[in-house]
Amino acid sequence: MGIYSCIGTNLEEVRESLFTGKSGIGIDPKRTEYGYRSPLTGIVPQPDLREALNRRQRICLPEEGEYAYMATEEALKDAGIGMDYLEKHETGILYGNDSSSKAVIESHETCLEKKDTTLMGSRAIFQSMNSTVTMNLSTIYKLRGINFTISAACASGSHSIGLGAMFIRLGLQDMIVCGGAQETNYLSMASFDGLSAFSIRIDEPQKASRPFDKGRDGLVPSGGAATVILEEYEHAVKRGARIYAEVVGYGFSSNGVHISQPSNEGSALAMTRALQDANLKPSDIDYINAHATSTVLGDSYEAMAIDEVFGMHRTPVSSTKGMTGHECWMAGSSEVVYTLIMMQNSFMAPNINLEEPDDFSKKMNIIAKTTDKKLGICLSNSFGFGGTNSALILKKL
Amino acid sequence: MNRTQIIETINNFLIEDIEVAPEALKENAFLKEDLGIDSLDFVDIVVVVEQNFGFKIKPEEMAKVKTLLQFYDYIEGKLKANN
Repeated sequence: MGIYSCIGTNLEEVRESLFTGKSGIGIDPKRTEYGYRSPLTGIVPQPDLREALNRRQRICLPEEGEYAYMATEEALKDAGIGMDYLEKHETGILYGNDSSSKAVIESHETCLEKKDTTLMGSRAIFQSMNSTVTMNLSTIYKLRGINFTISAACASGSHSIGLGAMFIRLGLQDMIVCGGAQETNYLSMASFDGLSAFSIRIDEPQKASRPFDKGRDGLVPSGGAATVILEEYEHAVKRGARIYAEVVGYGFSSNGVHISQPSNEGSALAMTRALQDANLKPSDIDYINAHATSTVLGDSYEAMAIDEVFGMHRTPVSSTKGMTGHECWMAGSSEVVYTLIMMQNSFMAPNINLEEPDDFSKKMNIIAKTTDKKLGICLSNSFGFGGTNSALILKKL
Repeated sequence: MNRTQIIETINNFLIEDIEVAPEALKENAFLKEDLGIDSLDFVDIVVVVEQNFGFKIKPEEMAKVKTLLQFYDYIEGKLKANN
């Protein structure tokens, strides 16, 4: 696995941040200048790829593609996979991404000024399509298997892993690069800011994202990329690969109700289906990594759903978004990586900034401080606009 | 802009923007075969020529340009015609 985020740009940095409850949230002054209501965002450093990639590979990558490249480089190295292997073995890619705003807007601005589409340059089309991450990474890594992008709002990264697991279970692929990427430039989140959905706790950026807390005032957008290498079990064993966990359950549902409002029924159905898929009972789950983004409605509906499915077992729950902010298209995959790090290191990361749970949150066993615990089976929730829901269950091997 | 300045400008953007190896920049070098400039790179050359010389290359004219020397001549000729 590999990770490039606002709480660290590699697995070790992220492990440290998760354990110590470190926030990656800060202020982006460009947002205020542009007209945002809130300048709060996850602060993700820009990687320098001049040594790593040739010009064509580099210039076709938009911001989120650069993050996805960094996360995938780490994941492939961690999995013991090099270019030699990829050239000889069919490998696929299923990656979550749902925007590439900067490339679209900047190309438009060039054309408005020059009145000539050629002057957008050759990179514009490859950077601006939603499938930019999969088209770039599949070319860079010479992948020859399944290859497409999953656009499912804030559940994109989670569905990519669920679908990857399905392709492998069906015997169609032995190895798939799965993950999610999210741009963080000021052009990418303006329309979301326009919904007044973001926290304006500007005086205390690191306290702004407060999942399940009564004092929350909205989410904090963030980004980066996370990659997991999914591999058929026997194939991985034969190769002598390091195996973190098995994707034993994938549950999905669609609320069929409102474009932006969540649903406890849809969320509960995704979790229940994941349990059924894994042939597990709610009591088998050691830890839930919640989707909770730090919005009143979203957190409350998820709390209701978790209480409905897991309530009597007091299953430990935390949302890592208190530290990371909402990593949107990437979140479903990054939170799988965060959960795998916790499983690997036997701790539950804290739901930071939880000072006073609301009436719904009170019913849950929320982990507000880092807690040592051996984790065998964990569930990760992801929900998105349009009512798309995904729940994944991971079993440590 | 005299011919020496034109050549210097072209060489600079080929090295800086298109990332052609400086040692490959010889007058008899073929743009595609020797400098590795492909059809996508030609789009970017249209952009940098517009930025550096203030006019847009016509694709049908550029189709006849095969070597670096012909490229220098083409740009010089266009600049003279425009003036």
